[in-house]
Amino acid sequence: MTPEVIDIWSYLAREPLLWLTVTLLAYLAGDGISRATGRAPLANPVLIAMLLLAGLLQATGTPYADYFEGAQFVHFMLGPATVALAVPLHAALPRLRGLVIPMLGALVAGSVTAIASALLIARALGVEGATLLSLAPKSTTAPVAIGIAESLGGLPTLTAALVILTGIIGAVTVTPLMNALRVRDWRARGFAAGVAAHGIGTARAFQVDATAGAFSGLGMGLNAMLTALLAPWLVAVLI
Amino acid sequence: MIVNIAILLVCQLIGEAAARALDAPVPGPVIGLALLLGALVARPALEPRVAPGANGLLAHLSLLFVPAGVGVVAHLDRLGSEGPALLAALLGSTVVTLAVTAGVFVGLRRLLGATA
Repeated sequence: MTPEVIDIWSYLAREPLLWLTVTLLAYLAGDGISRATGRAPLANPVLIAMLLLAGLLQATGTPYADYFEGAQFVHFMLGPATVALAVPLHAALPRLRGLVIPMLGALVAGSVTAIASALLIARALGVEGATLLSLAPKSTTAPVAIGIAESLGGLPTLTAALVILTGIIGAVTVTPLMNALRVRDWRARGFAAGVAAHGIGTARAFQVDATAGAFSGLGMGLNAMLTALLAPWLVAVLI
Repeated sequence: MIVNIAILLVCQLIGEAAARALDAPVPGPVIGLALLLGALVARPALEPRVAPGANGLLAHLSLLFVPAGVGVVAHLDRLGSEGPALLAALLGSTVVTLAVTAGVFVGLRRLLGATA
């Protein structure tokens, strides 16, 4: 590179503008690929964008902290977006009639399964101690999961990573799994995505169907509250 | 648009303040969600003043997880030697949880003789 190019690069690399712009472009690329494949589950826009960006950070030797200076503006919007879930939920309220018992039953079954199966599978594979405890809240939305991990004696940063990975796994597997199980009810499909895979599952649900998205948001919110209550108790029973 | 965003932020702000003040186990934005839902039920006229911005944000909910996702990929090696076992647990547990949750939902609806 010529000196001027290096000057421009070092200027831009210090500014939030660069990585904010690149984050939006990477997402547009991911979303474009996702649309081009007809929303194929594996062509998940979050997955594509994060792999593109991680490769770019690696290639340019950019530390994650520098990247986050720009990307934090996008990250910040998670809070308002959580509040925004009230709008589709409000629209779905008339359709909740007769669904309260199926929903609460599915919530309790899903919440217990999410915590217990993660702990049992990992323990069978030789995971123990604080690492094992960090798995317990993996299906809940990140801020709740981190709080739960702290109170259980897990590792909050590990939990944050496990939560994101769970979301991606759920978003990628939910459509083929529900088709294989012949679950056609969008409410059941969305609710399961929210309980098992929190916000990333909910983002996937909104891609597929607005009703699925609303029920996914509901599942996510309810599971966050229930996991906070159940996790300490299940950990005490199982471990 | 600005009114939409302002309503969302006001709800979140009250939620965050309440979560801190009450030491609640639920994060501020979730309290904000409940608050906005309550407000929409009480005053349906509020809906058009918040819906366009809210739906616009939710249409691109995926985007908002990208920065955190990049952090996970950048630090994937920190999972260490337990990485494969943890990934297997996440995969197995997530698939089983999806199946159980949807199965119980559909099963209970049939059991209660739902027609719709």
